[in-house]
Order: sequence, then C-alpha cells, then structure tokens
Amino acid sequence: MSITTFIIVSLIKTALALFVLLTAVAYSVWLERKVVGRMQNRWGPTRVGPFGLLQPAADGVKFLLKEDLTPPHVYKPLYIAAPIIAVVFALTSIAVIPIGNPVTIFGLTIPLQIAPDLNIALLIILGVTSLGVYGVALSGWSSNSKYSLLGGLRASAQMISYEIALGLSLVGVLIMSGSFSLNDIVAAQTGVFWGFIPKWNIFHGQFVAFFIYLMAAYAETNRIPFDLPEAETELVAGYHTEYSAMKFAMFFMAEYANMVTVGCLATLLFLGGWSGPVFGPPLLQALLPVFWFVAKVFVFMFIYIWVRGTLPRFRYDQLMAFGWKFLLPLSIANVVVTALIVVLQQ
Amino acid sequence: MQPVATTFFFYLLAGLAVLGGVLVITRRNAVHSALALILTLLSLAGLYLMLYAPFVAGVQIILYAGGIMVLFLFVIMLVSIEKSQKEEQFNKLWLVGLLAAIALGGLFIGVYVKGKALFPEAKVVLEEGNNTQGIADYLYGHYLFTFEIASLLLLVAIIGAVVMAKKRI
Repeated sequence: MSITTFIIVSLIKTALALFVLLTAVAYSVWLERKVVGRMQNRWGPTRVGPFGLLQPAADGVKFLLKEDLTPPHVYKPLYIAAPIIAVVFALTSIAVIPIGNPVTIFGLTIPLQIAPDLNIALLIILGVTSLGVYGVALSGWSSNSKYSLLGGLRASAQMISYEIALGLSLVGVLIMSGSFSLNDIVAAQTGVFWGFIPKWNIFHGQFVAFFIYLMAAYAETNRIPFDLPEAETELVAGYHTEYSAMKFAMFFMAEYANMVTVGCLATLLFLGGWSGPVFGPPLLQALLPVFWFVAKVFVFMFIYIWVRGTLPRFRYDQLMAFGWKFLLPLSIANVVVTALIVVLQQ
Repeated sequence: MQPVATTFFFYLLAGLAVLGGVLVITRRNAVHSALALILTLLSLAGLYLMLYAPFVAGVQIILYAGGIMVLFLFVIMLVSIEKSQKEEQFNKLWLVGLLAAIALGGLFIGVYVKGKALFPEAKVVLEEGNNTQGIADYLYGHYLFTFEIASLLLLVAIIGAVVMAKKRI
C-alpha cells in the first residue's frame, strides 16, 4: 500500500469511526432515558419523532442554540480547554479498537481499525483514559467554585484508585493471550469447549477479572453507583456545575464515548470480540462479525443502564474502601492464580 | 512502513520537552508548572516511541502523566493560588544549586565535545514487537536484585507516608 492510499484510507476510516461513535453516543443517551423511564414506570422521551427517536437531534440543536455563559470568576484558558481535553481523549481511544477481521475491498486489504495493529494497543487505551482525568480535574479547578473543585478532586482521586484495579484485572487476560495487541487477544479466544460453550475469556478462567473490570469501569466512567464526582444531592452537578451549552455537552459526550470505549474493550478482552457464528453468502459473512461485536457492546451498554436504574449511590468512604481493600487485593490474587495455572499447564 | 521525518520529530519532541522544563521552573502559578511538567513527560514518551520502546512509552504516559501528575495537581488544587503568588520566592539552597548546575553543565559540554566517542558503537535495538518481553527478561532476570532493592525502597516510602499521615495506627 503506498503512502497516499494509506492516508486516504485512514482519513475515510477516521471519519466513519467518528460518525458512528458520535451517533452511538447520541443514541445511548436516548436508550438510557427510554430504558430508565420504563424501569421507573414512565415512558421516557416520546414527543420528537416515532418513539422519541429524534430526541438526540433536538437535544443537539438545543445545546448549540443555548447561551454559552462564561462566569466572570473562572480562569478562562483552562475553563475553555478542560471540556476539549475531556472530549478529545474520550474520542481518541477508539482509534486502536478493531471491530472485525481485515476486509478486502478493490484488492486492498483494510484492517477494521484506524491505527495499524500495534503491539501496545491496550496500553494506549489505558494511557489515553488516564489522561482523560485532566479534563475533569482542570474543569473543577478553573471554575473557581467550591462544588466544582470538590467534584474535580473526587473525580481525580476516584479515577486513580480504580485505574489500578482496572489495569490489574486486564493482566490475567494478557497472561493468557501473551500479547498487548487486541487482534491477538481476540484470536486467542476463538474455538469452543465441549462443542457449544465459546472459548471466551469470561468462560475461560477470567470470570473474576471480568467482575473486577466491570466494577472498575463503572467507577472510571463516573457512573452510578460510583458517580460521586457529580453527586447532585451534595455538589449541584460536580465538576461541570459552571458549564453551559456546548461546553457542558462536551463533558456529556466524553462520558458516553468513554462508556462505549469501555464496552468495546470488555467485548474484546472478555467476550471474544467479533467471534460468533458466521454463515450465508460472502457479503453476510463479512458483515456478521461486525454485527456480533456491536451486539456484545450493546449488551454491555444495556447492563450499564440497568445498573443505573437499580442501584443507589455509594458513600465516599465506602467507595474508597471498596476500591482499595476489596477490588485491589482481589485483582492481585487473580493475577497470581492465573499466572500459576498458566505456568503449571506448560 | 519505514519511519518518516525522524529528525524533524526528534527536534520537535526534544524542543517541547525542554520548553516544558523551562516553564516548570519559571511559572509562578503552581498549576501552570504542573501542566508544563505534563508536556515534558508526554514529549519524553514520544521520544521513547522513536527509540522503538513502545512499552516504556505507554508506561511513561500511564504512570507519570496519568497517575503521578494527577496526584500533584490534586494537592496543588487545594492550595490558595492568590496567596501563594504574592509570597516572596526564595531558595536557601542557591549555593548547592549553583554547584549542581555547574557540574551538570560541565557534563553536557563534555558530552558535546567528545561526541559519539563516549557511547558504545553498536546500537542495541530490541525487536519492536518483543519490547515488552525484552524488558521483562532484563528486569526479572539480569537486574532482579536491583529491581528488588528499588521495590524495597518504595515499600519503605509507603510505610513512612502511612506512619506520618496517621496519628494512631
């Protein structure tokens, strides 16, 4: 592949991925409002379009047309930069996520991910998510308001605490596949046990790791039951109290984009990625893996919403105790046991 | 693919790292200094990538830029910036600092004058794909003893911090 074709193909893939991701973000909000509504015996959005399907568009227009307030007491450069930082890092990590095997179009073999298949894809995702904390922390500081500052402080402490458990929960999977490349990790999960149970990592000794990952991911994305940084009852809205219009929407987009990324990562690492039954004519065979991938991510998003509709919020000391005294030792134990079993099997 | 414009990227990243370093010590606002330090750390991560050490680059971003600097910011955010900016900046250790600066400057000049003669001729290049395994082999094989001593040091630091922070254990 020449460098010009490479650039053109990469640009097309980037545009497509961003379009799909942002649409997914918009409709996750719709899905959340709809599902939580039904769980609370309400209808959710119904007015704009059939089943309220055009609600995300209406929300987008509203965000654009609202007055963009900048309170006089803020520190302006960082106040403006913070939401940009948050949304940029949230959208970046999608670049290394593969959604299927490479496809061949017009004689070109194109991998279904933006970045080339790197051996450190997983590290890039972890690094980018850990940099995303700055958006929250800086917005809290630059707003010059006590609620924002407390929200920002809580968010940074919480994210650092749970990042350790999150990272360690992935080590078990890495030991089993022996690679940081997400394609290799998915390839290591093909096949079945006893003819019907898929050989996904969640059924292959990594169930505890999946549980730790799930908990830590909820804390990392500031979702209920760990949404302390924006606890309405105590902090008004937490770190984005002073933000309005599109700047607020950027924090919103960052949160949901992070949820989608975390779901993609869970699918790739624990649920076998795009592996699933493939049959039918060639076109269907090419599309089915992508369908399986999206379906698994959808299930993960649905669990997110389900948990939100079910559980109350933790107290702050409970949050820290849970992260440091329960999840962290459990994840270390998981790493040790996995390593022992892998060594004994060799 | 072959690397493109390596010289350009090296000077860009090195320049950014130096710029960040200068900003760290010249800004009066501590939050700005912390942000400049993040810039330096990220440029260093880029330089590691150029040296075909993707694992080191990833760990640099995750640990330093994403972990330690967040804790720095966490503490700085609680300091009243207006008050600390009005305070007089002083440094009682200027003599030691001067000596250290002269020594380091001399070292740099020496390296610049002697040039490549100081460094080993053959460049050790780990295979790009096996960078992680290579580091693990060295860390847990060849340098195991040093590695354990370093971790013991960190353990002492952790225990010390807990003892100092807690009034009653």
